[in-house]
Amino acid sequence: MREELVLRVGAKVLAPFIVAFALYVHFHGDYSPGGGFQAGVILVAAFVLLVLVYGLEAVQQVLPPRFVQACAAVGVLLYAGTGIVTMLLGANYLGYNVLAHDPEHGQHYGILLVEAGVLITVFGVMATIFYHLAGRGRSE
Amino acid sequence: MMSELLSQVVGSYNYWIVVFLMMTGFYILISRGNLIKKLVGLNVFQTSVFMLYISLGKITGGTAPILVDDPEALYSNPLPHVLILTAIVVGIATTSVGLALAVRIKEAYGTVEEDEINEIEAGIDDRRAPGRAALRGP
Amino acid sequence: METATDIVLLALLAATAVGLVRIRNLFAVVMLAGIYSLLSAGLFTVLDAVDVAFTEAAVGAGISTVLFLGALALVGHREKKPTRTGRMQVLPLAVVLITGAALVYGTMDLPPFGDAANPVHHRVADHYLEETYHEIGVPNVVTAVLASYRGYDTMGETTVVFAAAVGVMLLLGGGARRRRGGAAPASESESE
Repeated sequence: MREELVLRVGAKVLAPFIVAFALYVHFHGDYSPGGGFQAGVILVAAFVLLVLVYGLEAVQQVLPPRFVQACAAVGVLLYAGTGIVTMLLGANYLGYNVLAHDPEHGQHYGILLVEAGVLITVFGVMATIFYHLAGRGRSE
Repeated sequence: MMSELLSQVVGSYNYWIVVFLMMTGFYILISRGNLIKKLVGLNVFQTSVFMLYISLGKITGGTAPILVDDPEALYSNPLPHVLILTAIVVGIATTSVGLALAVRIKEAYGTVEEDEINEIEAGIDDRRAPGRAALRGP
Repeated sequence: METATDIVLLALLAATAVGLVRIRNLFAVVMLAGIYSLLSAGLFTVLDAVDVAFTEAAVGAGISTVLFLGALALVGHREKKPTRTGRMQVLPLAVVLITGAALVYGTMDLPPFGDAANPVHHRVADHYLEETYHEIGVPNVVTAVLASYRGYDTMGETTVVFAAAVGVMLLLGGGARRRRGGAAPASESESE
């Protein structure tokens, strides 16, 4: 598929929009359907498209396997860390009310942080699994 | 009265189709020997459970649980939605562990067909303990 | 209208599931499974679960299909014809029919579909719908329940997803290996 001009240009044009859509789904999740889970999967879809057209090696230079593996762990840590921060601030684990002066704003910050953790984990996990399945059998 | 009867039938219809899909997935799982096909069957089974939950959360005439200004608005139950939303993502994560296992089995045995794997395993057992092959007969 | 869409989508899902049982080319099976996911996403939209529909469309019809195709490229796409005897094919069918009959009997006791008075719609669900706007301040109740009211639950799910990635890394991380020392084909010829 290396020679297909339409595919190569099409994928290059589409990928940023898919990433932008993923971020929209993530940050607009409070007001419309969406959230970290969906956004993480859509974000991976952009890179899957690039892998299909440009090949695994080219994409792994942009998005190294070690980086996505770290993402998977960082997301869980961000989620759990939010809970620890609220505990240190004197509330229950994952009780977001204390994150800001106004409880409602605290809830907003808390949901934002937690959803960001979900986004990063889902992105890292799906990309890791895809890399492992797609990269298998090439090194033989 | 007529619409009441219709909604009654439709309600059971939802549950019955869900049971049908569940049993189709179950049938693929236990009757097919190919490991990838089994995973597809598991997915069908899993999705049917999602449909059961979402059907239970539906309220006739309700709307999606995103708050609007109308105080009279009737919302469907958001709780099953939350449970199933996370279950879908966990489902694909566990499915991919299954796929990884299938890939490793293919590399180790050269096949993903259950009966062929069993034959190879039986052959290995026979070489380790020849007496067992005699017990099993021809 | 909603009811008609519901009936049609469920009928299509049943037809797709029968196709999944019968087709032996695994590429076709995986594509059909993608269609199955997309149809169920449509069904979830009709049943007011827009967040779930979104997830199912992105995960079931999108990433899941890609991962299955990636695995098929490694294990081959032909399913072997079943070589079992007649009795072995009847047994799964009997198990499925009996279990299905028991489940249909169980649905008789389920509360009527779509009734707002069903017990499942009260207690916590009422609290979420009435208090989300004051307590959390976001309009999407699903997001509020997911990230705030049931934050522990979601954290557990996130951890499970992470654990799955660790599992795949452990299984496939070592690079491709050949079949183990040719032991398998040798034993095959011995057993014959």
